[in-house]
Amino acid sequence: MILAWLIIILLAAGVLAAIAARWSAPLARSISLIATSLDLALILGIWVRYASEIRFGTSSPWLEQLDWTWIPQFGIHFHLALDGLSLLLLALTFFLGALSVLCSWTEITENVGFFHLNLLWILAGIAGVFLALDLFLFYFAWELMLVPMYFLIALWGHERRIYAAIKFFLFTQLSGLLMLVAILALYFLHHESTGAYTFDYEQLLHTPLSARAAFWIMLGFFAAFAVKLPLFPLHTWLPDAHTEAPTAGSVILAGLLLKTGAYGMIRFIVPLFPDAAQEFAPVAMVLGAAGIIYGAVMAFSQHDLKRLVAYTSVSHLGFAVLGVFSWNELALQGAVMTMLCHGVSTGALFMLTGEIQERIHTRELGRMGGLWTTAPRLSGAGLYFALASLGLPGLGDFIGEFLVLLGTYRAHPILAIVASIGVLAATLYALRLVQRAFHGPNENSWAISDLVPREGIIIGLTAASLLWLGLYPQPILNTFRPALHALETIVQLHR
Amino acid sequence: MTHGDLIALLPLLVIAGTAIVVMLAIAVRRSHAAAAAFTAVGLASAFACLFVAAPLAPHDVTPLIRMDSSALFYVGLILAGSIAVVFLSYGYYSRQPNGRPEELYILIAIAALGSATLVSASHFASLFLGLEILSVSLYGMVAYERNLKTSVEAGVKYLVLAAASASFLLFGMAVVYFELGTMEFEKMATAAERPDVAASIVAIGLVLILVGIGFKLALVPFHMWTPDVYEGASAPVAAFVATVSKGAMFALLLRYFHQAGARHNTALLLVLTTIAVASMFAGNLLALLQNNVKRILAYSSIAHLGYLIVAFEAGGDMAGFAVAFYLVAYFATMLAAFGVVAVLSTPGNDLGNLQSYRGLFWRRPVITGVFTVMLLSLAGIPLTAGFVAKFYIVAAGASALLWLLVFSLVVTSAIGLFYYLRMIVALYSHVPERMAAGSTPLMQGGSLSLVWTLSALAAVVIALGCYPSPVLRLIQIMLIGSV
Repeated sequence: MILAWLIIILLAAGVLAAIAARWSAPLARSISLIATSLDLALILGIWVRYASEIRFGTSSPWLEQLDWTWIPQFGIHFHLALDGLSLLLLALTFFLGALSVLCSWTEITENVGFFHLNLLWILAGIAGVFLALDLFLFYFAWELMLVPMYFLIALWGHERRIYAAIKFFLFTQLSGLLMLVAILALYFLHHESTGAYTFDYEQLLHTPLSARAAFWIMLGFFAAFAVKLPLFPLHTWLPDAHTEAPTAGSVILAGLLLKTGAYGMIRFIVPLFPDAAQEFAPVAMVLGAAGIIYGAVMAFSQHDLKRLVAYTSVSHLGFAVLGVFSWNELALQGAVMTMLCHGVSTGALFMLTGEIQERIHTRELGRMGGLWTTAPRLSGAGLYFALASLGLPGLGDFIGEFLVLLGTYRAHPILAIVASIGVLAATLYALRLVQRAFHGPNENSWAISDLVPREGIIIGLTAASLLWLGLYPQPILNTFRPALHALETIVQLHR
Repeated sequence: MTHGDLIALLPLLVIAGTAIVVMLAIAVRRSHAAAAAFTAVGLASAFACLFVAAPLAPHDVTPLIRMDSSALFYVGLILAGSIAVVFLSYGYYSRQPNGRPEELYILIAIAALGSATLVSASHFASLFLGLEILSVSLYGMVAYERNLKTSVEAGVKYLVLAAASASFLLFGMAVVYFELGTMEFEKMATAAERPDVAASIVAIGLVLILVGIGFKLALVPFHMWTPDVYEGASAPVAAFVATVSKGAMFALLLRYFHQAGARHNTALLLVLTTIAVASMFAGNLLALLQNNVKRILAYSSIAHLGYLIVAFEAGGDMAGFAVAFYLVAYFATMLAAFGVVAVLSTPGNDLGNLQSYRGLFWRRPVITGVFTVMLLSLAGIPLTAGFVAKFYIVAAGASALLWLLVFSLVVTSAIGLFYYLRMIVALYSHVPERMAAGSTPLMQGGSLSLVWTLSALAAVVIALGCYPSPVLRLIQIMLIGSV
């Protein structure tokens, strides 16, 4: 039941915030902050409560489950379940959710209520995606994320917001519909072989499929996840959407929405279609490696600070694809670590960008420079997160990428070598960012205020968690390892 | 006629009685409220009579009419839709103090009678009778704003095209009768298997019938009249044309092709596939070019009928359920969408231009919320009825392995999103104060009848989207015996 509450709190608080904003905008903001913090507290509570089960293993891979009949005519259940992997991703969701409410505290002044309604409903959709174990419910949550995100970009975005919002929506919606067709094909094939109509993940796992059918159905799922991730060359919506979205939108897009793609690959594609995924792995991995290099090169050549950060996401998520499709223990752990750390570090970079833009009203790297002299704390934070992004040992991203490279080297040494060139390129774009924005002479004589306490809290929290992830990742690894292990067992049984 | 026949026919008799009572009431004293109330009460009691007739189903009343459970279900849907239209019309026309809207209610009752006859027909004669009763009253309804050029133009256009399509239908029926020697649906199925029957001639007849039906359903390439008629007719009437008239026609199509066993005709299926794909693409692509809300809804309805054909072609129990559920969702959504237009308009001056909807959210947040839900439902986004309905259609298509149709549906839905989103963005965009002041004035407030109808429809759309189980169960119970 607690799993349903996680979602209900967000949905209800969204409506409340929309109503409350009629009287007072700060009240609406506070309601959202309280709701996201409450969810964060709940999920951390679950983590503490199940610490020993996570450590020593349980009979079932799920820590918490909830299974209600929803539409019995189709065999659809409201089936939520939580394992270590979902737990960490949910913690990330609510953490970044709370931070994105904080970082839009002064940025969003128009129609505050509707903004928070959308924000919280996106988070509810994302939480649904990470929890759903019924493929219909999964698709439902998958779609639920889109509309509010579209509004967020289209109504509170920057100059070319309508274009970006529509592009985002069409890419994700079209690929989502392909996934719907794939889900239905799986549903009917399952019925043909077993006589039961069900969308339940655990039952569908054991569907006997012909190689051809499995391949096409897998491709339908892959289309949706690859667009969300985004995998090169399906990434073209991402730079536009990230750049034009308001800060909170960018944080949620980069920090959370992209993770749903990688999560889908781990949870659904490989376990449901192990053979087809194995067959397809070389293609996916080559595209992932290409994305790593491409994203890094594109990031290096951007003049718009937000666009630069956006392209780094293409590069980082390439590592996640490499890790997932190498499908060995190290690479998988690396993929999940990359997802978590990228969420925090890129989220933080977008929030910093938002803070800079709020102060100097431009995102052009060419018009910046010398910010260190006038806002040292802000610039120092910029350096810190840029270093995290380039994979400095001691900060979270390093662990993830290192594990992925180790794991990939076992499966495909050449791709691992190509990917490590990407790490090198990351150094270039990250240092260029720092140099252009913060160092050098203050030619435009910017005189801006440094971080206010609210921003200091945001930056401090993200910086601390990155340090934790980088220096002592063991509790995190311990939490998601049993979940990954369960998935690996499923795949081994199949192959 | 036996006692049982009368009871089975009771719903239709009550609708007919309603039309007469309303006519007499107007003759005695002209009162808008009374006319609307009599019609609403009459239609509601016809709805209640469905429960009286239900235990007898299936029941043949002469060879013409067969009251089976599917007929009862669709008559119920038609009545519910017509009652909603009555409420919408009442709210809409009560803003026009000197108009004479009373006769509109007679026409609504007669059109409902025609639709009810259509969905319970089991014979070519009753089919044609129902169709003509429906069409003739629709001519009057579309051209009801007789002082308006656009309205009269729309009425005449509808008259000419509907008459032409009726002649196609008649000719098709004649050809089928010529070859099969019967006009009863059930007997056609057996007659078609006789060795001396030339399948090609039957196919020609069926295609001609399909042309006639296609006109009424506004499927491509017989869709030309739709945008003009929707634009010219007043919002409540357009709602009626979009929902009740098309829904009845589609239910008839399903019934006829099922009972007469024509679904197995491959040539016909090919024609239907072409029509469906063309409707989905043309409806959604042409809607992109429009700037008038009523015209966008018209093209959207063309595309939606294309989606329905996907389920129709899939056949089987699942298709019957999918069509029934889709029609329920479509009725509620379209009625409410036109209802929103009605709330914002005055008779004779419907708020069509998309430009005047810009920034509506800042002036009328609740109405905008309802409109947003309807647009999302038309686009098939979760938490709305449209999502479950579209899901059902895709499921029906996938279960019958109609991949071409399913992929056309997927691609065109994505295209369709484009214009729904464009409308939604317009609703929420910021409009500078001076522009807002200069734009078409919006009707403030709204009569209780409009507000309540819209709230009820919005509640239905959201309830169906979140928890469709009860309605699905009802549909299965109703249709399991007949489809």
